[in-house]
Amino acid sequence: MTAAHLPVLQVVAPLLAAPLCVMLRAPLAAWLLTCAVAVIAIVIAAILLFTVTAGDGAVLIYALGGWAAPWGIEYRVDIVGAFVLVIITGINLVAVLCGRASVMREIPAERVFLFYTGWLLCLTGMLGIAVSGDVFNVFVFLEIASLASCLLVSLGRDRRCLSAAFRYLLMGSVGATFILIVVGLLYQMTGTLNMADLAARLPPLAQSRTLQVAFAFLTVGVGLKAAVFPLHFWLPGAYAFAPSMAAVFLAGTSTKASVYILLRFFFSVMGAELSFDAMRLHWFLLPLALAGIFAASVAAIYQSDVKRLLAFSSVAQVGYMILGVATGSGAGLAAALVHLFNHALMKSALFFVVACMVLRVGGARLADLAGVGKRMPLTAAALVVSGLSLVGFPFTAGFISKWALLAAALDSHGWWLALLVLASSLLAVVYMWRVVEAVYCAPKTASAESQTVTEAPLPLLIGAWLLAAANVVFGLSTELSLGIAERAAVLLIGDAP
Amino acid sequence: MVKVKAKAAPMDNPAGLFSYFGVIALMMLGFYIVMDSPNLVKKMVGLNIFQAAVFIFYISMGKVAGGTAPIADAAADLYSNPLPHVLILTAIVVGVSVTAMGLAIIIRIKRAYGSVDEHDIAAADAAADTAADTAGIDTAAAPPPESP
Repeated sequence: MTAAHLPVLQVVAPLLAAPLCVMLRAPLAAWLLTCAVAVIAIVIAAILLFTVTAGDGAVLIYALGGWAAPWGIEYRVDIVGAFVLVIITGINLVAVLCGRASVMREIPAERVFLFYTGWLLCLTGMLGIAVSGDVFNVFVFLEIASLASCLLVSLGRDRRCLSAAFRYLLMGSVGATFILIVVGLLYQMTGTLNMADLAARLPPLAQSRTLQVAFAFLTVGVGLKAAVFPLHFWLPGAYAFAPSMAAVFLAGTSTKASVYILLRFFFSVMGAELSFDAMRLHWFLLPLALAGIFAASVAAIYQSDVKRLLAFSSVAQVGYMILGVATGSGAGLAAALVHLFNHALMKSALFFVVACMVLRVGGARLADLAGVGKRMPLTAAALVVSGLSLVGFPFTAGFISKWALLAAALDSHGWWLALLVLASSLLAVVYMWRVVEAVYCAPKTASAESQTVTEAPLPLLIGAWLLAAANVVFGLSTELSLGIAERAAVLLIGDAP
Repeated sequence: MVKVKAKAAPMDNPAGLFSYFGVIALMMLGFYIVMDSPNLVKKMVGLNIFQAAVFIFYISMGKVAGGTAPIADAAADLYSNPLPHVLILTAIVVGVSVTAMGLAIIIRIKRAYGSVDEHDIAAADAAADTAADTAGIDTAAAPPPESP
C-alpha cells in the first residue's frame, strides 16, 4: 500500500523534516534527523529506480489528493527521473553522514540547525523537480531549491559569501521568472499544465510565434539555472564561498537538477522533433557548449583558490552535458546523462577532499594547500583518484562519459568535434595538475608545517574515499550508469509523440 | 514584442492588446533596474517590478471576454478562468519569499561591508583577494568592519 505512495513520500519526508529541524534546535538532533531523512530518501529512490527499470519503460504515476490529471497535479517517475533521484539522494547521503565534522567547524553551533533546515529544503526542491509531472509545480520546487541553497551559501565564514549569495538569488530569481513566463505562455496556448498533456497538444502549434517566444525564454531561463556559458557568473562565487559541505552538496546536485529540467522541457514537453527540427536548438547550444568548455577551463587554470577552480571546472562540465544534448542523437543524450551521473560523483568527491583539507589547513587557496600531501597522504590520494576521473583517465568514471561523448561527437559531427573534446580534456589536465602539484610538490608553508595538520577525521576520510572509490567502481562497471542512461535517452527521444 | 501575437490575438486591433504592451513595458523596466542599478535594494525593487509584470500577464490571461467573476451564479453562464489567478497567488508567495531573503542578505551585507553599493562591495572583495594572495592572511579570520 505504501509502495504506491513512494513518489510523494520522496518529497514529503524532507519537507516535513525541515520544520521539525527548526523545532529541535540542538545541533546533534538536527544532524540525526537529517541523516534519517537522507537514509529514507535514498531507500525510496532506489526502490523507485528498481521499479521503473524492472518493467519495460514502466512509469509510476501518482495523482496528488486523488485528483486525476489533467485537473490534479500529477507526480510522474520514469527512468530519467528515478536516475536523477538516485544521484541526488546518493550524494546527499554521503555528504550528510560523513560531513558532520566539517559542518560543526565552519558553522557556529547556534546556526547549525538552520544549516540543516536549509539543507532539507534544498533536498526537497531538487527531489520535487525530479518527480513532478506538472510544469508549474516544477517552477515552485525550483524556487524552493534555489532559496534554500541561497541560505546555505550565505552561511559561509567569509563575508564574500554574502555578495555571492545575493548574486545567486538575483540570477536564480530572474531565471525562475523566465520559466514562469514559459509556463504562462504554454498554458495560454494549450490550457493545461500537465507535461504529458502538453506534449500531446504542442506539436500542432509548432509554427506559432507564441511557442517560439516560450522556447526562447525557456532556453535562457534554464540556461541561467544550469549555469550554461555565458550565464554562469553566479556559480563560481556561490561554490567558492559556501560552507565546504554545502559546496559538496550543491556542486554534486544543483546544476544536475537544472539540466534535468532542461532535458524534461526540451524532450518530454516540447518533444525532440520540435526542439531540434523546428527550432534548431542544436545550432544554438553547440557553440555555447564549446565556448563554455574552453572559456571556463581556461579560467579554471588561472584560479588561485581551489574551490573557485573546481567551480569553473563545473561550468565546463555542464558544457559537456549540453554538448551531448546538442549532438541531437540518442547516443549524445545518453552521453549527457551518464556525464550528469559521473560528474556528480567526481565533483562532489573533489569538493569533499577540499573540505577535508580546509578543516585542517584553514583555507582553500593553492598556497594554503602547499605540501599537505605529506601530512594528509590518504586525503591527497583521494584527490588524485577523483582528479584523474575529472580528466577522463581510463578505469575511472570520467573516462566512460568522455568515451561516450567522443563516440557521439564522431557520429554526429565528425572528427573536428571529437578533437575539440580531446583538446579540452588537456586543459582539465592542466588545472588539475596545478592542484596536485601544490599538494605534493610545493614546499611546505608555515601553516602546513604546523603539527595540527594531520589526516582528516575518520568520517570525513570515509566520505572522501567512498566518493573517490565510486569513481573507480563506475569506471569499471557501467551497467548502472551507462546502461540506465542509454535506456533513459531512448525514453526521452521516444517521448516525442 | 513578438508576444503580442498570442492566441486569438486580433492583430488588426492592437489597442485590444494594451495589457500585453503594459506587461512588456513593466517587465523591461524592472529588468533594466536589476541589471543597471548598483544599489542592491533598488535591484530588489527592480526584481519585484519584473515579477509583478509576469503576475499581471497571468491575471490578464485568465480574463474571458464577456465573462464574469468565477463565482457560481444562476444569472451568469460565462466565467473568467480562475486557474491563472490561483497559480499567480502561489507565484506571489514565492516572490515575497525571494524579497524577504534578498532583504535579509542585504542587511547582512550592510553590516559586513558598510555599504549596499555593488561597486563598493566589488572593490572591497577585490582588495581582500589581492591582500590574501600577497600576505597569505586568511581573510575569513578577519573580523568584518562594523557599519558606521
